[in-house]
Amino acid sequence: MSTIELRQVEKKFGDLHAVKPLDLTIQDGEFIVLLGPSGCGKTTTLRMISGLETVSGGTIWLNGRNVTWLHPSARDIAFVFQFYALYPHLTARQNIAFPLQAQGEARETIEKRVDEVVKLLRIEHVLKAHPGQLSGGDQQRVALARALVRRPAAFLMDEPLGALDADFRESMRSEIKRLHVLQHATTVYVTHDQIEAMAMGDRIVVMSAAEIQQIGSPSEVYNDPSNLFVARFIGSPGMNLVKGKYADGIVKMSGLDNNYAVPQAWKGALKKGLADGGEVIVGFRPEAAQINDRGNLVGKVYASEMQGSSAVLHLTINENEIIHIRTDRLIPFPLDTLVHFDINPQMARFFNPKTEAALKPEVTQ
Amino acid sequence: MSHVELDHISKQFPGVTALDDITFDVKDSEFFVLLGPTGAGKTTTLRVIAGLEHQDAGKILFDGETIDDLTPSDRDVALVFQQYSLYPTMSVFDNLAFPLRSPLRHTSKEEIKRKVEETAEKLRITHLLKRKTANLSGGEMQRVSIGRAIVRSPRVFLMDEPLSNLDAKLREALRIELQHLQKTQGSTTLFVTHDQIEALTMADRIAVLNEGRIIQVGTPEDIYDRPASTFVAQLVGSPRINLYPARQENGTVSIKDSDVHLIDAGGSKLPADFLVGIRPESVKPDPKGKFDGQVVLSEPLGVETILHIQSGKSTLLSLVPGIASYHIGDGVKFNIALEHIHYFGMNGNRLQA
Repeated sequence: MSTIELRQVEKKFGDLHAVKPLDLTIQDGEFIVLLGPSGCGKTTTLRMISGLETVSGGTIWLNGRNVTWLHPSARDIAFVFQFYALYPHLTARQNIAFPLQAQGEARETIEKRVDEVVKLLRIEHVLKAHPGQLSGGDQQRVALARALVRRPAAFLMDEPLGALDADFRESMRSEIKRLHVLQHATTVYVTHDQIEAMAMGDRIVVMSAAEIQQIGSPSEVYNDPSNLFVARFIGSPGMNLVKGKYADGIVKMSGLDNNYAVPQAWKGALKKGLADGGEVIVGFRPEAAQINDRGNLVGKVYASEMQGSSAVLHLTINENEIIHIRTDRLIPFPLDTLVHFDINPQMARFFNPKTEAALKPEVTQ
Repeated sequence: MSHVELDHISKQFPGVTALDDITFDVKDSEFFVLLGPTGAGKTTTLRVIAGLEHQDAGKILFDGETIDDLTPSDRDVALVFQQYSLYPTMSVFDNLAFPLRSPLRHTSKEEIKRKVEETAEKLRITHLLKRKTANLSGGEMQRVSIGRAIVRSPRVFLMDEPLSNLDAKLREALRIELQHLQKTQGSTTLFVTHDQIEALTMADRIAVLNEGRIIQVGTPEDIYDRPASTFVAQLVGSPRINLYPARQENGTVSIKDSDVHLIDAGGSKLPADFLVGIRPESVKPDPKGKFDGQVVLSEPLGVETILHIQSGKSTLLSLVPGIASYHIGDGVKFNIALEHIHYFGMNGNRLQA
């Protein structure tokens, strides 16, 4: 059982802000992901929660207790780095039992707790082996078991899957999430990989330039990014963001003859939310574009990609802007073909290019 | 440009067979990808074509003529590596001009300037021409490396994981541009990668390599839709294909330890024991579905969601569009697209059903 609360927590190195003052409340049992590119402040934030890094300002609360100046070992938090660091001279079972032995637990307790976690992770068959004899995946599971066996109040994980190849990452990703579903230990997980963040997080904290850009569920950060950074960073490819000028219900884009009729629900927001001149950015996910011979918008085929179960078509709409459209795999388009499409009006988003913030639609009754 | 043929190429290193009877051809103007895990022999194949290694047996032909006696420079190939090998003290312009300034080429100053500028424009690095390469970002450096390869017109481009060191967003962007460039220039290209998504998205054809041997050659559709073995089926596709031991009795195919029994799946032609492969997108939740399961995990990726559905003791992965609103523990009915099921023998080879 644990909640974690950060109140105006910040970190400065000299004059440089590694983390600007931020507020974050993590509920008991929640899986929170800190997501952002390298240097955004996510790891520093995690290290401040663990106590490995001191704060320059603000307070950190664990279960309502101010732990800001407590030693890391007094915080009852398990810090999981990349999972590989097992003791090579101990068997898998001895590795898993080690943290409990170090705490001086009774032998029966140790046996019982090790058996529980071993069963949970389905690694009964590797217990007698030494780490060197195990496959990469089994080593990971043993390391994970060793972290779990302590039953800490919270887990902090710093890119634990970073060093793995793509295949392992996928399976360990689901393994960690499955464990979380079973145990509901409060977890703060740091990654730069937006797919990992989406797949694992109950909520995602998107960070950039030492600041929180958005806190939301996977669906919120994907469907309603709060600004251009989040729109670009989440998704593969990211959200299409096309520059244009708004007047009289129409966004005029540069290059090909593209005049986009703004959905009714957004007209008020665009009128109010934009600077004089009406400069706007229209945002839509690749799957929001629907190819349609009589479509309102048009682009020229630049490249097309078969991606397994679906395909992505890349269209140029002027010299500098390429947009991405998700399609069925079956349609082959030669280079330079003009392709017409519409944007699903439910999935259109708009941003103010000056502030980079998303506009909010008017609530229709 | 050129037609490249590898004819029964073998290569031994002390203690290992690096290449074991490799035969394939890269057609003129084709984008050909060698795909395989580490140690498969991809890079060795590339180095043999470049003349940096010499094969123990077999022939290499460019446009029907053997090139085995030619030095690397006489083979007229351009190499792009994962590590950018640029001259850090030179400007981007001079790095791009370098291959043209070789005294043997007799390229005039005006011609060099024209070609460098043309190349820079194609790669969107015109604004960087005066900068020193030491001051560039990783993505910019790799653009310059590619530029240095395409600035002259070699017979063949050989690329060894050129995108591997870049972050995900840059890799995506460069993948598209590389493909566009290759298609507009019509250059014969052999591209090596361990990344299945790079292979599927860029290739005209793919050769899958493992342990020095070619496992399958085909279009991305061939490889994805008709994998020759369980190795290929598992190498390509994300999330990974569902692969289970199965039995057939009286024409009904049953996945072991599960509640999935497929009637009319062409089972009568199958042996008693085999492996069944089902791509996650072929497992389709449907309120009227024939099979029952329970959602044990849901991974929303954005454009689609991976559902882990437990049926009996087996867990099937299902790929559904959008961010699905299933909760863990929900019962779920589903169908399996019978026409997209793959059958493999116990030895891993595809069964022609």
